[in-house]
Amino acid sequence: MIPRYQTILFFILLAASLVMGVVLWQLLERHHQRLLNGEDSAPTQAPLVTPAEPATLEAANDADNTLTAEVQSLPLPQSPGDRARAILNRLLALYAAPGSTHPVPGGANGVAQVFLLPAGGQGDHRHSGPELAVVNLTSAFAANHPSGLETETLTVLSICATLRANLPRVTEVRFLVDGQQRATLAGHVDLTRTYLTAAALPAAGVHP
Amino acid sequence: MHWSKRVLGRRPRVVALAILAAASLMVGAAAQSAPNPAPPAPAAPSARFVVIVDAAHGGDDPGGHIGNQPEKAITLALSVRLRSLLAARGIQVVTMRESDVTLAPDRRAEIANHAKAQACLSLHASTSGFGIHLFTSSLAPASSTPMPAWKTAQAAWVTRSLALSGVLNSALQQAGISVTLGRTSLLGVDSMTCPAVAVEIAPERGEGDTAATMPDDPDYQARVAQALAAALVEWRSEGARL
Ligand SMILES: [Zn+2]
Repeated sequence: MIPRYQTILFFILLAASLVMGVVLWQLLERHHQRLLNGEDSAPTQAPLVTPAEPATLEAANDADNTLTAEVQSLPLPQSPGDRARAILNRLLALYAAPGSTHPVPGGANGVAQVFLLPAGGQGDHRHSGPELAVVNLTSAFAANHPSGLETETLTVLSICATLRANLPRVTEVRFLVDGQQRATLAGHVDLTRTYLTAAALPAAGVHP
Repeated sequence: MHWSKRVLGRRPRVVALAILAAASLMVGAAAQSAPNPAPPAPAAPSARFVVIVDAAHGGDDPGGHIGNQPEKAITLALSVRLRSLLAARGIQVVTMRESDVTLAPDRRAEIANHAKAQACLSLHASTSGFGIHLFTSSLAPASSTPMPAWKTAQAAWVTRSLALSGVLNSALQQAGISVTLGRTSLLGVDSMTCPAVAVEIAPERGEGDTAATMPDDPDYQARVAQALAAALVEWRSEGARL
């Protein structure tokens, strides 16, 4: 026979643990909600306190199939990958603006990430040699991109040339769309190959 | 706790993306090295002169859109015009398609390589830019090898492709059509073992950089097809002189 005081103690402890469980659950929920809200307001652009630095944008022109260097001042993060992404998104903002010489309407913020890896597949992360930039485009950018040999080629070349101008160690560029390999950008230019930044000229070696 | 949760919450996505990126690159590298060698075409000149006219896209692949027409319809219309003009000039033509059928880029390259053609034109249409865009492969010119890699088989032909592009450029300019030249990486064309040029018909430039005539205009298409046919006649006579 269990003494009466033990039964009472048992129920008091049981009630206490249930109350604690409910309180903890509520705290967790509130905390989770705060995290989600925090995620929404997480900075996707460099904070304004970062001093603006000059960056060279190799802007494409559909009318004559050329790239023209244009220096713009923008706040840049310290990490090279984030830096590359900020510069490329500034380039794509040019293309998304009305009256662009290379229109890609709705293509702003089309670069989700840029991963910088040692070129040639070496595994050393502390290397200081040539780098491969893996540019992860958003599917919205690819979906909004006009279809055509010239326009698609210019987008790829202007991204490669802009990377070369600002991150000279980047010698090779590969593209992903939403983290996956894709056959073409918008039906034409091959997105499965590795592009060499040294060859990022629209008419390199073309017959006069 | 707040800090660690925040970091942990973001990191798995970055890691997952990095793993996806690495996996995709490996798959890509494997695909690039897949052996599917094209036969090395003989460079010896002969009386035989065959032109491949490739109306790009078709079937499940509409290409871009020009007005209310899919690109595949415009390339087919241009292909039919060019085929007639070339046949009238006694040139043997192999068209990739005569109707709205799906043809993968690799299949197009197989057809072109099998025909051992003296010129391969891949026809495209776009609303971007002006005039005619002539694109040759961006592969670096390489000497012919007995077993060229499938995805880079065009490398041995790039010099001839650039020469063909030059002849097309002259003929189009003579017809008063503006031309821009470029290099690109195009699935299908990069695997062709023939002098190959991708011809993209874009709007004709009007005053003040406006599009005067769209690529779906039949008269514009007829003028372009005439100039391309004239260029191929010239290319045939150049080949005879070689
Ligand atoms: Zn096309």
